[in-house]
Amino acid sequence: MSRFRTAAGGLVDRAQRLRFTFDGRKFHGLAGDTLASALLANGVHLFGRSFKYHRPRGVLTSGSAEPNALVAVRRDAARYTPNLRATQVELYEGLQAESQNRWPNLACDTGAVNGLIAPFIPAGFYYKTFMWPRRFWKSIYEPAIRARAGLGRAPTTADPDRYASRYAHCDVLVVGAGPAGLSAARAAAAAGARVILCDEQPQLGGSLLTDNHAIIEGRPADVWLRETLAALAHNARVVLLPRSTAFGYFPHNLVGVNEKLTDHLAASPPHLPRERLWQVRAREVVLAAGALERPLVFPGNDRPGIMLAGAARTYLLRYGVRCGSRAVVVAGCDAAYQAALDLRAAGIAIAAIADPRANADGPWREAARRAGLPVQERMTVLGTRGRLRVRAVQLGRIDVHGTVLPGPALSCDLVLMSGGYTPCVHLFSQSRGKLLWNEGLQAFIPGAAAERERSAGACRGVYALAAAIEDGAAAGEAAAQTVRAAPPKPHSAGAADGVLGALPKGRQPPGQKSFVDWQNDVTIADLALATREGFRSIEHVKRYTTTGMATDQGKSSNLNALAIVAASLGKPIPEVGVTTFRMPYTPVSFGSMASRARGDLFDPVRRTPMHEWAQEHGAVFENVALWKRARYFPRAGEDMGRAVARECLAVRGQCGIFDASTLGKIEVVGRDAATFMNRMYVNSWTKLAVGRTRYGVLLREDGFILDDGVVARTAEDRFHVTTTTGGAAGVLALMEDYLQTEWSDLSAWLTSTTEQWAVIAVQGPAARAVLQSLVEDINLAPDALPHMAVARGHICGVPLLLFRVSFTGELGFEVNVPADFGHAVWEAIYAAGQPHGMTAYGTETMHVLRAEKGYIIVGQDTDGTVTPDDVGLSWAIGQAKPDFVGKRSLARPAMCAPQRKQLVGLLSIDPHTVLEEGAQIVETPGQRAPMRLIGHVSSSYYSAVLGRSIALALVAGGRARSGQTLYVPMPAGDVPAQVVSPVFYDPKGARLNG
Amino acid sequence: MLLIKCPYCGERPELEFVYGGEAHIARPAPEADLTPGQWAAFLYARTNTRGVHAERWRHTRGCGRFLNALRDTTTDQFIATYKVGEARPPAELAQQEP
Repeated sequence: MSRFRTAAGGLVDRAQRLRFTFDGRKFHGLAGDTLASALLANGVHLFGRSFKYHRPRGVLTSGSAEPNALVAVRRDAARYTPNLRATQVELYEGLQAESQNRWPNLACDTGAVNGLIAPFIPAGFYYKTFMWPRRFWKSIYEPAIRARAGLGRAPTTADPDRYASRYAHCDVLVVGAGPAGLSAARAAAAAGARVILCDEQPQLGGSLLTDNHAIIEGRPADVWLRETLAALAHNARVVLLPRSTAFGYFPHNLVGVNEKLTDHLAASPPHLPRERLWQVRAREVVLAAGALERPLVFPGNDRPGIMLAGAARTYLLRYGVRCGSRAVVVAGCDAAYQAALDLRAAGIAIAAIADPRANADGPWREAARRAGLPVQERMTVLGTRGRLRVRAVQLGRIDVHGTVLPGPALSCDLVLMSGGYTPCVHLFSQSRGKLLWNEGLQAFIPGAAAERERSAGACRGVYALAAAIEDGAAAGEAAAQTVRAAPPKPHSAGAADGVLGALPKGRQPPGQKSFVDWQNDVTIADLALATREGFRSIEHVKRYTTTGMATDQGKSSNLNALAIVAASLGKPIPEVGVTTFRMPYTPVSFGSMASRARGDLFDPVRRTPMHEWAQEHGAVFENVALWKRARYFPRAGEDMGRAVARECLAVRGQCGIFDASTLGKIEVVGRDAATFMNRMYVNSWTKLAVGRTRYGVLLREDGFILDDGVVARTAEDRFHVTTTTGGAAGVLALMEDYLQTEWSDLSAWLTSTTEQWAVIAVQGPAARAVLQSLVEDINLAPDALPHMAVARGHICGVPLLLFRVSFTGELGFEVNVPADFGHAVWEAIYAAGQPHGMTAYGTETMHVLRAEKGYIIVGQDTDGTVTPDDVGLSWAIGQAKPDFVGKRSLARPAMCAPQRKQLVGLLSIDPHTVLEEGAQIVETPGQRAPMRLIGHVSSSYYSAVLGRSIALALVAGGRARSGQTLYVPMPAGDVPAQVVSPVFYDPKGARLNG
Repeated sequence: MLLIKCPYCGERPELEFVYGGEAHIARPAPEADLTPGQWAAFLYARTNTRGVHAERWRHTRGCGRFLNALRDTTTDQFIATYKVGEARPPAELAQQEP
């Protein structure tokens, strides 16, 4: 056993030695250790390098507030977790830890040169320094800063672990299992409530894990703790969650709790997820989050070996670790005396207890004196020495006028400091509860709650053990009975125990920085600079200096920073205000947030009934909304261009087969179905006969095109409405909105039938011949089933809804069969089509074919600012109708302006130049930016059947520009193009009506 | 995540709902003679209330019904939820306890 480990005491198991490495060096620790306590037990105090100045840093705290001792833990290449607080990493056999932010190694780090150039990199230097010349930013400044920025490295391969998440409901959620939290949980459970009790530590007990000799309810604390936990564990209505951090308080009492299940195990059992995200909806919340010890701000306060007094006491009493052999104690509050007495009893020499307070006589100081500890009153710290570990402290005597005179210099290997305790109000503040400044406590404590919650114990300033237990019991009982949270009772804490802000100091010795925020390397000088430069709001000072903005969120630094800024501005603290606490309380892994929603489960994937066939036939797929759609079917040696050209020519020459199942489909049914359709779509539906279809256009109330699609009337009271693939859900939602909220008097029902139908488009001159052999009871003759007709019948023995429609400009049919028959019917049609040269085509070919005909695609040729007239669809509008969605907007003057952008065709003068989709259009060539842009290219393809490129564009006053040459400015020069009609192929529509 | 009391289904988590903007904005009758300014106000002008706000929600991933709610935009607390077509409850209605 090392000389730093006590022979007995604490919660570690001396019989169970664990091997671990730190930066490759081999060490031993004990079961029950954290990485921090195990390293300290081996005499290691140098844990890492600071963020900005790369200063050697040790352990400051013993828990989740730790700003300094950030390490990476490696299991393998994928399981490499950076920026873990060594104070929370539980030791396991074979643990491999690495220090961070150092090169080449921890003891000798070249980045420490930043400490020498510190005068040139004060707070906000990056706002002032990297401004000129501008072009240096991308090429020089940013890469250089990125290379230096950040702590730790990300793992190099994907995270192989599983993360779980679950919702939970309870009557009372208790956050924190210290004395107040345990007492609250016990009282709530006794009142019959369903309770969840969570705590970030592996063991429940909070401060009782250290204060194991206190007396509670007549029993030693460890016995009380054991009995209380056993009783809670046996209560079926109580859930105990250790290693579970309540990291975020969300509206209506939803609390996010991150539970770690395997990080403490040498080998994780395969059935366990690594972490579990609990989303707890609690009827009542009891916050018993405790209080955080504050460091003192004095020159040189950041060397390894300088730590919080309470932390050193925890290492001693809980882990059996002596943090040094000779300590100087800087006592800003009485708790430091208690620590000094405990350390002394464990054999650590106390060189001095320096107490900066003028007026701090009390029982603890008396006890220290009686024990013979060298108490030095009105004493401050002027500086410290020691490179990788503190080795001396220069004290300063404060005289009656407040002047600081040099005092003794004491050698030591440990400095304990304590500035008092800060109530942990993070979750309370996150829930939008109001914080009140308590002058007596010198702290912000919870005021009026915004949620059904109450705070108990140290997190509202009730520090004394018996009082905290009583406070917890009252809170637990009231929560169980859902008593409205009363405004917190003021508690008679007496005078504040502690000091805020900077300790008095004389002339600062050169090179001695007084750190306020350890993790972001913010010093008193930085805060002073910010106020000198005119920053007044604490929120601005925070952002300018980055104080409190590191991953520890300023747990140890915020109140000191606030006090220093207040002093510098000459204002009382409550007038300067407090910065907002935000979630997460401690960092939460992305894995936990993503949970199962990764990879294949990230988003649902929608596949059509014919997906497998397309896959077997070599389709290249594209994502359209959540759908996978076949884009083209390349044959051996074909690229997309060649495949699409072949598919296009096949449709125009013989026939093609296309999977249109993804089109949205909505059944509108009911006595008032036609009236409803009249009011929704621009078209008139009253006169649409059963068995006929019509191209429908749907606007938003602002008059712009939302969606389009073919609508069939399949019965007097029944419409089969098709929508775009991506627009289906939005159209149904809009229809429901009007039906439920504007026209609730109409008798109509809306049902999404998108996935009920498989839709097979058969298009091309041979389409009729192919279907003729398969369709059983529908006459396909042109007079019997003309263009835009619809009929019910059977195909291959299954029910068929057959549309005679065309989105290609060819003779076309759309075969609708129940989805389950889709694949079989597709195969049958494909087989029957082979003698006719039938070719399967994909969405890319569909796009080219429709563009050749000037058919728009909503969302490609429209963008939410396009009216029906803009794209030449005013013919669709039922002009006689009194009303439809968007009608009034179409009458607004701006909607009729002649200079609106209108859909036109564009033919590049060079027929082989395919214009860039999205490219801008100008009137005259050779202009320099900024220039007047009059439109943009919305669709552009190479048309195989025309042997040249074609494009659709939206151009200001476009229809009146027919014949004009416009220009598309591109990096290589202006591309001239002529304005033409948007219908490039078969403008008379002879083929379609064939 | 808010907890929203659907008048048809009871309290359900926010992720079952879709927000629907301000409530009680009546669509002008088609025969109403509106100036372009009045129509634009109907389309675009919203109160953007700080405090008690009447708003629409749809229980999309539940019963599918639209509902109205009074919510305090400064605290996210709901004062009332009610069915479409029902009158807006008085704003001074005792605030639901948080």
